[in-house]
Parts: sequence; structure tokens; C-alpha cells
Amino acid sequence: MFYREAGQFKSSYATDQAIFPLLQDRIGFFTILAIAFIAVPLLADDFILDAIAIPFLILTLATIGLNVLTGYAGQLSLGTGGFMGVGAYACYKLTTAFPDVNIILLILLSGVFSAGVGLVFGLPSLRIKGLYLVVTTLAAQFFLEWCFIRIGWLYNYNVSGAIDSPERSLAGGLVLTGPNADSVTRYLVVLAIVAVMTLLVKNLIRGRIGRSWMMIRDMDIAAELMGVRPLVAKLSAFAVSSYICGVAGAMFVFFYLGSVEPSAFSITLSFQILFMVIIGGLGSLIGCYFGAAFIWILPIFLRNALPAIGIDIGAENIVHLTSMIVGVLIILFLILEPHGLARLWQLGKEKLRVWPFPYA
Amino acid sequence: MTDAGAREIMLDIENVSLSFGGVKAITDISFDIRKGEVRAIIGPNGAGKTSMLNVINGVYRPQKGTITFKGRVRRNIQPYQAAKSGIARTFQNVALFKGMSTLDNIMSGRSLRMHRNFFWQLIHVGPARDEEIAHRRKVEEIIDFLEIQHIRKVPVGKLPYGLQKRVELGRALAMEPELLLLDEPMAGMNLEEKEDMSRFILDVNHEFGTTIALIEHDMGVVMDLSDRVVVLDYGRKIADGTPSEVKSDRAVIDAYLGVARQEAR
Repeated sequence: MFYREAGQFKSSYATDQAIFPLLQDRIGFFTILAIAFIAVPLLADDFILDAIAIPFLILTLATIGLNVLTGYAGQLSLGTGGFMGVGAYACYKLTTAFPDVNIILLILLSGVFSAGVGLVFGLPSLRIKGLYLVVTTLAAQFFLEWCFIRIGWLYNYNVSGAIDSPERSLAGGLVLTGPNADSVTRYLVVLAIVAVMTLLVKNLIRGRIGRSWMMIRDMDIAAELMGVRPLVAKLSAFAVSSYICGVAGAMFVFFYLGSVEPSAFSITLSFQILFMVIIGGLGSLIGCYFGAAFIWILPIFLRNALPAIGIDIGAENIVHLTSMIVGVLIILFLILEPHGLARLWQLGKEKLRVWPFPYA
Repeated sequence: MTDAGAREIMLDIENVSLSFGGVKAITDISFDIRKGEVRAIIGPNGAGKTSMLNVINGVYRPQKGTITFKGRVRRNIQPYQAAKSGIARTFQNVALFKGMSTLDNIMSGRSLRMHRNFFWQLIHVGPARDEEIAHRRKVEEIIDFLEIQHIRKVPVGKLPYGLQKRVELGRALAMEPELLLLDEPMAGMNLEEKEDMSRFILDVNHEFGTTIALIEHDMGVVMDLSDRVVVLDYGRKIADGTPSEVKSDRAVIDAYLGVARQEAR
């Protein structure tokens, strides 16, 4: 009833190819943008920003990175944590070597190192597929983790073996990173980077390059017969994916954790991101947001919601209970809708289109 | 259906042999495809027809023989190079990109003709957007031609089989090929769908001047559509000529109906 495209005619291919061709979608999108950029910084407290919003956005970006590789190009990977780590360590090395350079610039640059590493570990994908490729990316994960622990040069021979985010500020004196950085500032920087990168990825996906990834994913032999070179398509997917993960990893340290040990970029993180991709929906950008929200925000919500409605079972028990509930929900969701939350969203929109009638 | 013999040779296959280990798929086959004709390749199951197409567009590499396309002898080319040189094809069992819409599937056929680099694609304004729209226009022409406007935005996995075949033809046409290889374009279709598909194939041939090589089991279709027919059996060529010549050829009748053994009578 409220979500009808009736009467919305397109008279040019440009308007038909817009990201949000429907007026209702555009309204919804700009409302969300306004909430994210204006309402949240004004209303949210430091806990919401630090513990929920910032990590949620950063993990969403990492999920987008993995989704480019797994959801769009069809190459399974378990090396996400490692690639994020490369971005983080590259950014740390860069900012300690060039303290005067703008930190945002360095974060964006550190993704390039991650892309390079991703390219190298993407090479096996030219010969092997599916689960066997998972094994090689797993090797990347463990190798990179080993590097973060053993190569002292990477953490400037710190005694602790950890990397800290030093204080960096803009030319105007606005502190961006480090212990004195304001939550709202960090939130806005993260939000801006994630929003812009989502748009750029969307542009890639709806153009020739994105189509070549999906061609390789859906039917590689047909793709090749239509002029797509598997080498170029697969490696570009690896590079773009690792770049995004690298930027996410750098932001993870500099805008969220502040200080990390190598174990932060372990296989656990890789699995977490992979679950976000699967729960959210393979091959969907909005699904990345849903997936990250489900895996990251839901447990925090449950942890706080249970005591709020009067069920008080002690702090340790709450943690266990939330993992159990989340686990059950994951299984339920995968049974009900194997294609993820993005598909549920899609179905919901189709239902809404004809509501209150059951079909059009 | 003009005099095909007078036209120049587009693709010349000479003494091609292909085997997989001990299995001989193709043995010493020679034939040519002339510019602008509809050339049918027929034969019983397992005769090597699809292998022949795979040799033509570079999926398989023949052990022996030469293939000359547009006057140039090719050696061990990759499938994407064949695509670049102007060869498109459809598949026996539909090989569409299942996760993409009809529109995207056909747009993917334009990949080779789109040249804006990574960074233009990233920002998707100016030249990259103009390119996308220019190709969309071309794709819409194909959609109109094949009468599939109503399924433009539908994911191809949801389409019925006959329409999938049509979308696949559209995807091949989007490449604007000089040589179009059709592997059983009418397999599993009902009469009406076959008539539609035949009409599209003839229209492609007449309007765009595309040279077509097709594999088909429906003899009625083959006889009506094709200018010349080559018949394969057990990986060998047993006949080559116009439909009427082939129809009355002794070896062809034997291959399709079985050989009547003299001594048994």
C-alpha cells in the first residue's frame, strides 16, 4: 500500500539504472543517512558509540570486503582476519614512520598493502576451487598471524608485542585517534569512510567489473567464452576484497580497539566475518549491514535486555545464555532462509508491495 | 539461403583430431563455414558435435589439424581470445548466470566492448555511466528483438526453460559475433517454442548477417534452416552438402537408421 511503484515511470536508462529507482527507497535511504549522520551523534552516549556503532560499522566494512570475494566472485576465503591484520600493521608502520601525514590518508593507503598480500594469496584460486581454496586461504591466515607475532619489525619491537594507536589529529587540532579522541569524532570518521566505500563497491558491482565477478561465480566456462579472463576477474576480486578488509582492519585498531595484540586478527575473526556474510546474505550489500548487526549487536542487546525485563541470572550466565540464544537463532535463520537476511528483506518488500492483498 | 558455395570461407577446419587419453572424440575432420551461411552439424549422440564446437572456440585443443578463422591460422587459443575474435556460443544445457537478471545476463555479453577502467567504474560518473547507458541501449534492442521485455528484471533462474534458451541466445547476440555457435538451441522445446526460435535464428542470420553454425537433432528444423549440413558419426565426417544431398546420402541413412546387413537377409 505504501510501497508501490505504480505511477513511477522511468523515461531514461540512467534513472532506471539508479541505485534506488523507487521513490520510497530513496526516502528510506536518506532518512537512514540522516539518522546515522545527525541523530546518532547527537543522541547516542559514549557506550553506544564505542561498543556498538563503531565496531558495527567497521565489521560491516570487513563483511563487505569478504562479500565481494565470496558473495560476488564466488571464491571462498577464511583469511579475512589475516588481511585485516595486514591493513592494521601496515597503518601502524606507516603512521610511526610518517607521523605528520594525515591518519585517514594512511588508513586508506594501508589497504593497498593488504590488497597486495591478498593478490599473492589469491593466486592459487586460478587452479583450485571451493573447499580446497579455503585451505589455502587458511594457510594465509595462519602465516599472517605468525608474521604478526614473530616479526618484531612489524610492531616496532614493542616489549608487549602489541600495537597501540598513537594520538593523531587533523591539521586543525581535531584529535582523531589515540586515547584522547572523542567518540563522536571517531564515529563520524568511520561512518563517512564506510558509507563512501559502500557506494564505491556498489558502483563496481553494477558495472562491467562486478558483472565479470558474478559471471565467474555463476558459470566460469561461459564467462570465459564471453571474453572474461579468469585471471583478471579472480585476482581483481581478491585485491578489491583485501583492500576493503585492510582498511577495515586499520580502522579496527585506530578507531575502535586502540591497542591490539596479534590474537585480535585470529581465525576467530575470520569466522565471525564469514558468519556475517552468510547470515546477511551472499552477494548483497545491504545484507552485510544486516549480518554485522545480527552477529555484533544482537548479543549486546540480549545481554542488556534480559536484566532489563527482570531476568537476572548473573553476569557470567548472561554471556553464556546470549551465545546460546544467538546460536539457536543462527541455526533457525539458516533453516528458514538459507539465502540470508537480505533475502528476507527482499521477500518482505515484495509482500509489502501488494499488501493488503496476498498477491498482485 | 543464397548460393553458399560462392561466398568466402570464414572458418576452415582441416584434418582436426581430438582425443581424451585413449578416447577419440574427433578423427581427422575437415569442413568449412562460409560467411553468412547457416551451417548445421548433425549426427547421432556421441558423434563429436559438441566437441567440434569446443574445438572451434578454444575450450579443447585439438592434437592435430589446423583451424583458420577469417584467414588467420590459430594455434592453441584460449576461449576468451576466441570471444575476442568474434565467436559467440550458446550451450546444450543452458549455461546462464543464474544469480543475475535477464538484463545483467545480456549486459554481460557486452563485457568485451566496455573499456572504462577500474577507477572510472568505481565512481560511476561521466564516461563510465555513459558507457553503461550506451550498452544498455544496445541490449534493449536485443531484448526487443527477442521479445523478452517483460522478464527484463527477473533473475534467470526463475524463468521457464524455453525463455532461458532465448535469454542465452540474447546473451550471445549481445557480443555482436561474426560467428555464432548454437549447441542444440531447440532441445526440449515444444513445437511453438521451436518455431519462435527458428524465426529468431533466421532473423539473426538475415538481419545482422551473422554466420551461424548449429547443432540440432530435429531434422525438420535442420533441413529448413540450414544452407549446408555436415554429418558426423563416431567422430568422423560421413557427409557434407546441402540438406537435400545429405538427406539422400547412403552413409547418413545408415548412421541414423542402422546398417542393414547384407548376409543376414
